[in-house]
Amino acid sequence: MNAIDPVMGAKAEVKQNLEVADNQVTVGSCFTDAPKMTMRNVNVFYDDKQAIHNVSVDIAKNEVIAMIGPSGCGKSTFLRSLNRMNDTVESCRVEGEICMDGENLYAPKLDVVELRARVGMVFQKPNPFPKSIYDNVAYGPKIHGLADTRVDLDEIVEDSLRKASLWEEVKERLHQSGTGLSGGQQQRLCIARAIAVSPEVILMDEPCSALDPIATAKIEELIEELSQNFTIAIVTHSMQQAARVSHRTAYFHLGRLIEVNPTEQVFTMPEHELTEAYITGRFG
Amino acid sequence: MQATNILILILGLGLFAFYLGRGRSLALAKPLGGIRHIHSLPSYYGAHVALWCALPSLLLLGLWMIFDDPLINSIVLKSLAAGGLVTESSGESLLMNKVTNLAQGILPRQGAEPELVAAADLMLRLEVISRWSLTALMMTLSLMGFGWSWSRISSSFRARPRVEKVMEKLLLTCACVAIFTTLGIVLSVLFESIQFFRSVPIDDFVFGLDWSPQTAIREDQVGSSGSFGAVPLFVGTLLISAVAMCIAVPVGLMSAIYLAEYASKSVRGFAKPALEVLAGIPTVVYGFFAALTVAPFLRDLGASFGLSVSSESALAAGGVMGVMIIPFISSLADDVITAVPQSMRDGSLAMGATKSETVRNVIIPAALPGIVGGIMLAVSRAIGETMIVVMAAGMAAKLTANPLDSVTTVTVQIVTLLTGDQEFDSPKTLAAFALGLMLFVVTLMLNIFALQIVKKYREQYD
Repeated sequence: MNAIDPVMGAKAEVKQNLEVADNQVTVGSCFTDAPKMTMRNVNVFYDDKQAIHNVSVDIAKNEVIAMIGPSGCGKSTFLRSLNRMNDTVESCRVEGEICMDGENLYAPKLDVVELRARVGMVFQKPNPFPKSIYDNVAYGPKIHGLADTRVDLDEIVEDSLRKASLWEEVKERLHQSGTGLSGGQQQRLCIARAIAVSPEVILMDEPCSALDPIATAKIEELIEELSQNFTIAIVTHSMQQAARVSHRTAYFHLGRLIEVNPTEQVFTMPEHELTEAYITGRFG
Repeated sequence: MQATNILILILGLGLFAFYLGRGRSLALAKPLGGIRHIHSLPSYYGAHVALWCALPSLLLLGLWMIFDDPLINSIVLKSLAAGGLVTESSGESLLMNKVTNLAQGILPRQGAEPELVAAADLMLRLEVISRWSLTALMMTLSLMGFGWSWSRISSSFRARPRVEKVMEKLLLTCACVAIFTTLGIVLSVLFESIQFFRSVPIDDFVFGLDWSPQTAIREDQVGSSGSFGAVPLFVGTLLISAVAMCIAVPVGLMSAIYLAEYASKSVRGFAKPALEVLAGIPTVVYGFFAALTVAPFLRDLGASFGLSVSSESALAAGGVMGVMIIPFISSLADDVITAVPQSMRDGSLAMGATKSETVRNVIIPAALPGIVGGIMLAVSRAIGETMIVVMAAGMAAKLTANPLDSVTTVTVQIVTLLTGDQEFDSPKTLAAFALGLMLFVVTLMLNIFALQIVKKYREQYD
């Protein structure tokens, strides 16, 4: 066994460099002039285990920011702390400052209900409620009192479904169950549900990982349209997807934010060697 | 030999056959180069031999036990008839009873009629013959079965599918036992009820408003003609069940929601078993709790408001019954609520719904079938509950919808009809079967009704 397998050799070499220093500083352009959301020195813990280390980054208004990185690097955890979905996990604790329009989301007086109306979320697995398509979309407007009359509600539902480019496919069967749709349609229904309360930010946690390529293409197209009206943060496993839909890309590694740069730059000339190693497929 | 001894012997033989069959297949496999070269695993060959050894003779045993006694009895009876002892058909069973008792030594032989003693001896002889011939037949069958299946063992013999098929039949038999038992109970209740309806017209029973089942034993007794109107009983049952459900459903459901959605792990770990302890308290204890504590308390409380509350009130019995039923509903509802996928909760919470909005709009509709199932189980429990009602609600069959009055239920009346010395062909006793049948029909209809409700309102998730 004298001859070293070149691939294995390269992997071993990378492995040595994979250790991240505790004082690791994010490289690239983390901060923007007109931020929608600002995160400063965010640490997230599950009991004693630290999942996110000292992350500081801005999300600009109407931008699409993609978060990529190997499995278990904390990108989903980070995303879920942006609308305080981590509150549902008993052992989870968030430190640092996360602000939207200058307002601290973790301030004691903040109303989580209102926050989640402003920051919508789409999950990895489509999770429409076991209700009709109409009721799925009308759910948010109903609980937030956005429609005074039935006509208003109808309008919101139609508008949201149109924005999620699902209207043409379901307008004939609005009162059939949402769980009867195909996977891709279900996910677009979930997007329609999220935008029905007119949020300012939409978080997407690997929205296409359970979908086939055609459904994925439709969702990606949709994300591009949505970015005209909404600020979108998307976690994805697929680097091609990040390259296609996002304006900026953030690379996470072992709970640390390594690099944030315009997407083209990240995929053509990454600043950090870890980012380069990841996007060239040397690990992941 | 006794049937139990034969049974043990056959099972022992089966076990022995299993090891022999397995050993033979192993011996076959060895020269071929391992058990992968024979069709089935050695234990399947063993099981095949064991099944052939034990099953046919066990089947014979079952048949024999069914036909053994009637056959012997008819032979003995024939011999008695030949002796000219049997005169009228109604005396036959009495005579046979005497003979059996003589044979078993329960009646003393001294002083008995010689013909009967002779018949008893004949019966004993026949029984001995029957037992030994059974033993011999079963042994032969076992050995034949063993020999045949033993000779079939070869490397290409498909033992596995055969054993699988027998297993399937075995499971089917077990399922049939449950079904046929239910069917048997229903049929026996049905036949007794038909007998009851011969003496009491069915519409008098189903729509009658007066229940006083005391019939006269002698012709000259006064005022005890007996009337069998079941309506007051069913009204009483439904009244008490309704009171019980009014307490059990909200409390049970809400405690389930608290436990499943709000409680921290430590609270849940303590509270869930504590709630389930309620289900472990014997109903007698609930009964005297209702009769001695709750009923007087309600009476005094009513008196302070100027209401007259009977000291045996439907409210006391129903209330305590409701408490008893809480763990049924809470435990079942808790299970189905926890089974609703987390993604549903996440979806709703991420829309900005509060916890209680999520529970109301998403979780309860999704868990509805299970919740209704739990409630139906609780209703059946409430309708069938006897002890609390006997002790706390009284015996008076009053037609009233006032929960402060004393009422009685179907089950309580069945108990009073059947306890004590009874003749089994008087309408009074047979009425118990008719009540049982009607209770069965009512619960069945409730179940069907609940199923329809669930079908209409369920929201299926996947």
